[in-house]
Parts: sequence; structure tokens; C-alpha cells
Amino acid sequence: MSLAQVRPSSPRRARRTIWDVLRPHEPIPRGTYLAILAGSGLGMVAAWCALTYGGVVAPLFLPSPTTTIRSGITLVADGTLLQNAEASLSVIVTGWALAVVAGVPIGILMGSFKAVEALIEPVIDFVRYLPVSALIPLLILYIGIGTAEKVAVIFIGTFFQLVLLVADVAAHVPREQIDVSYTLGASRAQVIRRVLLPATLPGVMDTLRITMGWAWTYLVVAELVSADRGLGFMILDSMRGFFVDRIFVGLATIGGLGLGFDLAFKWLHRRLLPWSPKA
Amino acid sequence: MVAEGVTEVPVAAAKLSLREITVVFRARRAPEVVAIDRLSLDVADREIVSIVGPSGCGKSTLLRLVAGLVRPSAGEILLDGRVVTDPGAERGMVFQSYTLFPWLTVQGNVEFGPRIRGMPEEHCREVAARYIQMVGLTGFERAYPKELSGGMMQRVAIARALANDPEVLLMDEPFGALDAQTRAFMQELLLDIWQKTPKTILFVTHDIDEALFLGSRVYVMTARPGRLRAEVSVALPRPRTLEITTSEEFVAIKRRVLAMIREEAGKALGMETAPAVP
Repeated sequence: MSLAQVRPSSPRRARRTIWDVLRPHEPIPRGTYLAILAGSGLGMVAAWCALTYGGVVAPLFLPSPTTTIRSGITLVADGTLLQNAEASLSVIVTGWALAVVAGVPIGILMGSFKAVEALIEPVIDFVRYLPVSALIPLLILYIGIGTAEKVAVIFIGTFFQLVLLVADVAAHVPREQIDVSYTLGASRAQVIRRVLLPATLPGVMDTLRITMGWAWTYLVVAELVSADRGLGFMILDSMRGFFVDRIFVGLATIGGLGLGFDLAFKWLHRRLLPWSPKA
Repeated sequence: MVAEGVTEVPVAAAKLSLREITVVFRARRAPEVVAIDRLSLDVADREIVSIVGPSGCGKSTLLRLVAGLVRPSAGEILLDGRVVTDPGAERGMVFQSYTLFPWLTVQGNVEFGPRIRGMPEEHCREVAARYIQMVGLTGFERAYPKELSGGMMQRVAIARALANDPEVLLMDEPFGALDAQTRAFMQELLLDIWQKTPKTILFVTHDIDEALFLGSRVYVMTARPGRLRAEVSVALPRPRTLEITTSEEFVAIKRRVLAMIREEAGKALGMETAPAVP
């Protein structure tokens, strides 16, 4: 046998079994991942079709895809959906932005200075356990039932959580990074501006994304109680006439907008903070 | 030039001098810990002095004292005869953990010191280029720390400390987290840089080879409370290369230091297994 005939035995083509896909923390091929992803979405739609077209569930409780899409088209065409979505979006963005503008600086101060922590933490720990829905009667009494009241609900719902999350981010800036800045000749003000603040950015970005998700929850709570427009109002109003298909259009819109915001925040994180370990 | 965080005192001898330093840590619901007990030592100008000792002997605390990040409970630290009270740019420090600023590029990190001290743009760029080249990272100026290996990050950290042109460089186990080959490379690199731009270096490590290879003198510390156990002179010629670590003289000194360290480490372990409450 000549040497040329001696070949290294080719590695056996690894056959991927279900057990390989289910190894903890083990990465799986992108194709497999996308296939499962698509399967999950299609499965949901398939189940919906089977339940409705198969007559398992009465249309009163669960409208079929065609009914829902038709209803969605009508709502878009007559402007109802856009008008309500716009009303909800303006409330949510206003309330959330106010909470961010006030909450991020307070959170950073609280996480960085023990004295500020002692000053603020008791108040926040008390208030954050009060369900926002329990405060709505008071808010109606104080502010009325207009847009301002709904903005206040969003603000209260996100502000206190946001302060605590941001404080935690600021408190976890590595001590050595601060120490090394002093040994490089930085003053206290320079340490805060040039080290502490930039160090908190990735964590703050994550917090903004998470609290935006919560803001949607509080929006619907606020609109279910008192509103004349908005997606939450649309859902409640549709129920009065048993327009279940419209409820589903409302739900799909909220879910879609939420997903959109989430993706936008993730994109912004990669774009604005290319140095972040999470980018 | 009177450095920041330093006040005038009329005594002058060594470049850096620790006089009867004691550090006591008080914690809630824990007995007082005497981390360092009446420790005195001197470092001459442009000398490399290593400090070795068992874990928890207060080696790192010693550097943080000189850096001005911790104040002694008693005693004083003199730099050129002036008492050190606060951190200052003339005492640069390199830590064991990766302390680069992740939001700044290699260039931004190295420029950090000169920039915050208000140096002109031109000067900052020039200094950064020089020290980046010195640690062999030319071409990586625009890389972010997350794109670098551990050894590269520590080279940037050294360049960042040097870019400030400190009088004293405090190094707290800077190569402790690196693998053996990278560590050896970094030790030679450090000596090479020191030959070119001599600084006063206080180098803390638990690696005896490293301490002897770098230092002109080695202080051996006792188990807690940290005191000086011995001062060992390493009279080996410079410039040194790693081959020296297999020479007879080196091995003889190492044997002596090793015996002392083992004894102290034994004491430290004995202390930990004994009941915590006196």
C-alpha cells in the first residue's frame, strides 16, 4: 500500500440529534435557530386557524384570522386605529420621557452617593410597592380624567422603578475605574463627568428599554379606567358592542408597537454605544 | 514643583518613604483588623522595589496608601520629603483587574491623563503615540478595550499610567491575571521600558520569580498584620533578561525568599483555621 493511499480518516459527519440542540448554553446553528423561530410563529397562526376555521371556538370568543384582518383594514381605512394609536403613543412617550428626564439623574446620584441614597431610598421603596392602579382614583381627584392624568399614571408607574434600576447601574461602576482616574490626576468633578457618567450608559440604555415595556402596561390600565381615545379605550369600547375582532386588532397593534420599540432600542444601543460589551 | 495632594515637610532623603505606617480597618459586626502594623520602608529615585508576601498581608493596601486612595491610621508617607495626603498624577497606578475605560479607544485611554490635566490636543496625541508604540500596540489606536486580549489591555493600562509621566509608578499585581507566557513577555517589556525611561517603581506581587527578576530590592511582608519580615537585595546586573532567572545567584536568593514566604503563608493559613472570635 503506497503512502498516497493512507488518508486521515475523515471525521464522521456529526449527526445532529435533538439532544445536541438541547444542550444548556450550547450555541446552535443559525439555520436551526431560524427554523425554530419560524416554526413558533407559524405554529401560533396554525393553532389560531385550526381553532377558528375548525369551529372549535365560537367566533364570539375568538375571531378568525380573516375576520380580524378585515376588521384591521376597516379600522385603518376609517382612521380609527391610527387616531387611537397616536393618542396612546403621545401619552406613553410623554409620561415615559418625563420619568426618564427626572429619574435618570436622580438614579445616578442615588447610586453614586451614599448620602443621596439614604435621603431617597425610603421614599422610593415605599412608593414603588403602591400599585399604580390603586393611585388612579387619587389622580382623577387631583388632575381630572384628561390626558394629564394618563401621563401621570405612566410617570408614576415608571419613575420609581427607573430610579432604582439606574441607581443599581451607577452603584456597579467598578471601584477600580474610579480609583485609577484619581491616580491619573482627575478631580472629583472630572471623575463624575468623564468616568462615572459614561460608565453607566449601557446600563441606562437597557433600563430605558425595560421601562418602556412597563409603560405600555400602565397605559392600558389608565385608558381602561377613563378615556375617550387610545388603544386601551378602543379595546374597552369594542367590548361594549362585542366587536371581539376589534379587540384583537387592538392587541396586535400594542404588541407590534412594543416589539418595534424594543428593536429600536436594541438598534440604538449598538449604534450609539459600539464599545458596549452588549453591542 | 510641588505636586498635587502633597504638603511641605522639611525632611528629605529617599524618593519615597513610608514611616511607621499603621492601617486599621473597622467594620461593623467584625473585630478590628490591623492590616499593616508600624511598617517603614524607603525607595530610592528610579529604583524598582518589589513587595512580596502571603495573601491578605496588606500588600495592595500599601500601594493604595502611597497612591493616596487610603489614609494611614498612623504614620506618614513622604514623596520627596513631602507628606502624601491625596491621590495625584505624580503617583500613577496599574491595577491587577482590567481598569481601562471601555468607552474610550486605546488612544483615548492613553490620552486620558494628559487630557484631564488640560494639555493641548497636539501634545496629547504625540504622548499617546509614543507610549502606544513603547508597549507595542501601534495600529491598535482605534480599538476598544473589548476587542483586546488581557495582555494587550494591561499594556494599554501601563501606557496610560506612563503617559502622565508620573514620578512613581505603583503596580498592584499587574500581570496576575495573565497566562505564564504573556506574563514573562510583560515582565521583559516592563524592564525594557524602565531602561528607556527610568521611573521609581513599587511593584507588588505574590510571584517570587517576578519580584526578584524586576526588583533591585525585595521587601518580604509577614502574614497579617503586615510588617516587614526582611529586605532582600537582588544584586544582579542589568539589563536583565529572563535567562537570569535560572542563574545560580538568582536561585539562591529565591530559595531564601521562598522559605520565608512559606513560613508566613503557613501562619496566615493557621490564622484562618483558628476560631475567628478572640
